[in-house]
Amino acid sequence: MLGIIIGIAAVIIITSLGNGLQSYMTDAFDSMGTNLITVNVSNRGTRSVNPDDMFELATDNSDVLEAVSPSVTHTGEVTCGSTTTDNTTSITGVSEYYNVMKGYDLTDGRFLSYMDIEGRHKVCVIGTYVANTLFGNKSAVGQTLKIGGNTFTVIGTLAEIGDSSESSSDDCVYIPYSTAQKLSRSGRITSYTFSVTDQHKADQAKTVIENALYEIFKSDDYYTVISLSEMLDIINTMMDMVITVLSAIAAISLAVGGVGIMNIMLVSVTERTREIGIRKSLGAKRRNILTQFVIEAMTISALGGILGMITGVMISYPVGNLFDITAVPKASTIALAFSISVAIGVLFGYLPASRASKLNPIDALRHD
Amino acid sequence: MIELRNLYKIYGSGENEVRALDGINLTINKGEFVAIVGQSGSGKSTCMNIIGCLDVPTSGQYILEGIDVSTMHDDRLSEIRNKKLGFIFQQYNLIQGISILENVELPLLYAGLSKAERKEKAMKALARVGIQAKAKNFPSQLSGGQQQRVSIARALAGNPSVILADEPTGALDSKTGKEVLRFLQELHSEGNTIVLITHDNSIARKAKRIVRLSDGKIIYDGPSDDPNAVVSADESGVNG
Repeated sequence: MLGIIIGIAAVIIITSLGNGLQSYMTDAFDSMGTNLITVNVSNRGTRSVNPDDMFELATDNSDVLEAVSPSVTHTGEVTCGSTTTDNTTSITGVSEYYNVMKGYDLTDGRFLSYMDIEGRHKVCVIGTYVANTLFGNKSAVGQTLKIGGNTFTVIGTLAEIGDSSESSSDDCVYIPYSTAQKLSRSGRITSYTFSVTDQHKADQAKTVIENALYEIFKSDDYYTVISLSEMLDIINTMMDMVITVLSAIAAISLAVGGVGIMNIMLVSVTERTREIGIRKSLGAKRRNILTQFVIEAMTISALGGILGMITGVMISYPVGNLFDITAVPKASTIALAFSISVAIGVLFGYLPASRASKLNPIDALRHD
Repeated sequence: MIELRNLYKIYGSGENEVRALDGINLTINKGEFVAIVGQSGSGKSTCMNIIGCLDVPTSGQYILEGIDVSTMHDDRLSEIRNKKLGFIFQQYNLIQGISILENVELPLLYAGLSKAERKEKAMKALARVGIQAKAKNFPSQLSGGQQQRVSIARALAGNPSVILADEPTGALDSKTGKEVLRFLQELHSEGNTIVLITHDNSIARKAKRIVRLSDGKIIYDGPSDDPNAVVSADESGVNG
């Protein structure tokens, strides 16, 4: 019975942790934006793209593409008076669509506008970590901060995205991409982020972008198009495989449990040979004996199954917490594991029971 | 009612051949109280097993109430045992894990009776042996004599044609042994057919007819009050 309990519990723990891990990863990807497609290009002379080309591409394919934002990474210290954030703060030049694409909310002020980008205004929107570090409890909007010697006016603060800690998604400053481009003197913009109208159309959108870029560059060596949802699909497939393999291992422990049940039944049949003899002498047919022992085996394994289910579900939560995952026991998995345990009971109970039912009543009665 | 025709039971073969029953011819009529006696090894247990349909003869015929049961299949024999035979064993052979009532209900369960019928008949049988108050108890909570009475109740419950008692007093002290024998005599006087198997002459004499076995052969078959019934082969030195 212990075998069955451990077997069932193992199956349930492994699958619910697997499911938990999968949903954890899905959530992680979702927060990064599975609706986003990242495009990196290397501009070469005439074969190049600029933000206007990309905006046009998005407008022309509005059935799949929702919006686009260039992404210009800027480096520099973010300071306010004598306070400074560490160099971990990411400073990114983006378009006015960026917050909508990423699903960022504002707690105060406004996001960048078209005017800010056109005018290359020195304005910024900051994350909660930056706001807390530089301005404490004061309202940040209207305050100024310095990025590498340039003074920027804070026009908005974002709602918390991560956990407001250093290096998290909240350790960020967003400025107009045009301003960033000018300050970094890098010339051309090499990175863009597209958002798709529907997450399930990500593949289609990716193809549209790839085709457009191929038209311009006449080669696929000069650009990369990465869709997060595509990566998520790949990871999910891998996770499924891992869960399947782990479940197979757990199934082995179930089989071991089955052998355990068979042993219990064999011992029980041997111990109760005399009882079988008595029952047969009183008129029990083979079928009666068989039924009795199969039902007993089923009861044992069902009981083991139930205990295993309870143990499995109870253990999977604390173990999940240990890894920072919320365990997700699925009803279907539990039902399957339970049916398997009962099936094992019937199968492995049948063999010794069948042997018991064929015992000669006289030999059985003489057995001590 | 019971008819054994030229019955043989042979174990082993060739030089190791053992003839447990060596050409037995025996007829027992309805309402008789017969004791089958003999030393251990005389073949009386084998005889009882065959009469009880627990074993099949090597050759010969066994006719029970007009049915030839000597070549029947296991399950058919179970049915015959269930319908026609009631067993009383030396070791009582009660099942330990279940109550007295459930023990007595067992033959009725295998006969396919409903729960209510089973309980009614089992309680009646327990009342018959004066032990209905213990119906909810388990066998281990009863004394030997009480357990044997339960096994008599179990034998009676299905209202069998023949009651087979195999050394029914063997495990009891003389007082409770006598009680059990008195009970068997009572059952006989009510018209039941009883076959008693024993090695003890004094017990055998409680029956009306004695069949003495030695080396698988019948060496005496007659009334129990005949002096020859007890002065027999095994007592005159012949190996039993």
